[in-house]
Amino acid sequence: MTHRHDRTLKVGELARVEGEGALYVRVRGGDVAEVRLDIYEPPRFFEAFLRGRAHTEPPDITARICGICPVAYQTSACLAIEEACGATVDGPLRDLRRLLYCGEWIESHALHVYLLHAPDFLGYHGAVELARDHRDIVERGLRLKKAGNTLMEVLGGRAIHPVNVRVGGFYRVPARAELAPLAEMLRRALDDALDTVRWAAGFEFPDFVHDHEYLALSADRYPIEGGDLRSGAGRAFPAAAFEDHITEEQVPHSTALHARFTDGGTYLTGPLARYSLNRHLLSPLALEAAAGAGLGAECRNPFRSVLVRAVEIVYAVDEALRLIAGYEPPDRPAVPVEPRAGTGHGVSEAPRGVLYHRYDLDADGLITAARIVPPTSQNQTAIEDDLRRFVAARLHLDDAELTRRCEQAIRNYDPCISCSTHFLDLTVERT
Amino acid sequence: MAPTLAVWKFASCDGCQLTLLDCEDELLALAGRVEIAHFLEASGAVGEGPYDVSLVEGSITTPADLDRIRHVRAVSRTLITIGACATAGGVQALRNFADVREFASVVYARPEYIATLAESTPIAAHVPVDFELHGCPIDRRQLLEVLSAHLTGRRPDVPAHSVCFECKSRGNVCVMVAHGTPCLGPVTHAGCGAICPAYGRGCYGCFGPSPAWDGARPNTRALLPWLDMTEDETRRVLSTFNVAAFREAAVPEGPGDDAPA
Repeated sequence: MTHRHDRTLKVGELARVEGEGALYVRVRGGDVAEVRLDIYEPPRFFEAFLRGRAHTEPPDITARICGICPVAYQTSACLAIEEACGATVDGPLRDLRRLLYCGEWIESHALHVYLLHAPDFLGYHGAVELARDHRDIVERGLRLKKAGNTLMEVLGGRAIHPVNVRVGGFYRVPARAELAPLAEMLRRALDDALDTVRWAAGFEFPDFVHDHEYLALSADRYPIEGGDLRSGAGRAFPAAAFEDHITEEQVPHSTALHARFTDGGTYLTGPLARYSLNRHLLSPLALEAAAGAGLGAECRNPFRSVLVRAVEIVYAVDEALRLIAGYEPPDRPAVPVEPRAGTGHGVSEAPRGVLYHRYDLDADGLITAARIVPPTSQNQTAIEDDLRRFVAARLHLDDAELTRRCEQAIRNYDPCISCSTHFLDLTVERT
Repeated sequence: MAPTLAVWKFASCDGCQLTLLDCEDELLALAGRVEIAHFLEASGAVGEGPYDVSLVEGSITTPADLDRIRHVRAVSRTLITIGACATAGGVQALRNFADVREFASVVYARPEYIATLAESTPIAAHVPVDFELHGCPIDRRQLLEVLSAHLTGRRPDVPAHSVCFECKSRGNVCVMVAHGTPCLGPVTHAGCGAICPAYGRGCYGCFGPSPAWDGARPNTRALLPWLDMTEDETRRVLSTFNVAAFREAAVPEGPGDDAPA
């Protein structure tokens, strides 16, 4: 039934998201009274049980927060501990870290574009259903995903929870000859990535823009494995000042905390923010693909994030090829990171956005306090805000169609609910 | 009619069910052999149960999940648990040895909003399980082996020996003997393919205790001085993704016990 003044929509188990969440929308008197992205993923208390662990342990332990972006956790953890201990990882070791992270971007973005998000645009329940009509397309997506995973397997030992990352660098670094077959595979992946951008550019994008402030890392390269924070409104601060600028609050319906700027502003992190703030740092090939797909200087339509992810796959493949071509094995696999009392902060660009870690260490290097702020909890306020406006403009739709559109809108943000703790379950209530 | 497959998630990182999507070369072939009837991460279409095979990821940590796992068991002909969370409680079982209310107060300003159990427990603690596949994460080849075995009605070929066997067959140099690097390989269930020693680090126990723990248990305490590890370091290395399983395997049996403290 449509045009009712009071109604409630509920999606009890959101599909094609990473983790467990639900959506609840209540419409009263023709107005959207309440929109909640309920995150009921059970809490796992990482920040509590990290206390008393050795400074060498967070890369292995925090990887287990998320099976889709373990390298993001490992990297932010390493950066924070290295800062606390006064160590710096740069040069070829930093490049290797970036190369491993490119693998994760390719794997994670290909998963989201092909298996989670594209079925919404094409009217399928999922990629398996899509493959019945368009097997070649799904096979292309799986080839891309495999390229990312293979890069992670060679550098990290395995794709999910890589074993080769340690504070200070790696346990073992590859010989040049080990990377040569990867380059061959990535050259084929580059064609698949460019085809992906052209394919996604043909999707129909609902007319919707948001006005949140963008927050992304800023570095001398397109930001991936580190950098300082910068916003679209001119805020600029290092990882060490993250907690001065950003505050997290708890809401009753969620096991994920909601982040805001300390002055109350909401913001958005992730591919749209990265692209809009760092477009000039894309490689010529990625820029050309973006322009060809109709992406301008900035992108404020969350539905078009699928395009931005596709462009970032092109970039990550291109960048991985560049890093492999210039690779000279470092003279040692890791720099020493000697424990000392102190506090360190680390930020990196997980596929879904900024991931912050902070550790306080005692003189023996044991952790006395830990804080982890994943991208999805930073985006949750903005997601709910966008959904409220999105629903308000579409109240003429019947419950089934409105629910379907809402689910698609949530997937725009590629929420990683496992990360934020925290299955999507949509409830639309029209009372 | 094709057998139906369902995938369920409890407290976990998503990594073990992602392993199914990571079978890039086999996924579409598998989707031709079985009907993927319930796999929320991959599809919004939910087929009605009962299901022939259910893969269960994650541990039980909330009152609601106690009920949900009984429902999953009731609608599943064969129930296979995948990964350290489902088979041993996962890294979140570190709460079992601490005060969960104190944990919640560290992470949340309003811990009273959080519904959680004092312990993180494996699926088999609540319902009968037909097969347990270990690993943090599980190994892709082993997952395919277990699925194809169940589809053809044979026993899965998943050896229960220690990582040391895999190290030898891979031709790795023993990191403990050659470099004095502490390694959990002798006491850890095989399955990963001995990745860590191949990358020059010691095994850190992702696949949980091997049956070696119950039988000819290596005397880790006697090895400690040689490995230059303190008791605290030994306790920490055994207290990660399979903490509850390693501690249970190390229940004191008499003198010479090498239980992690």
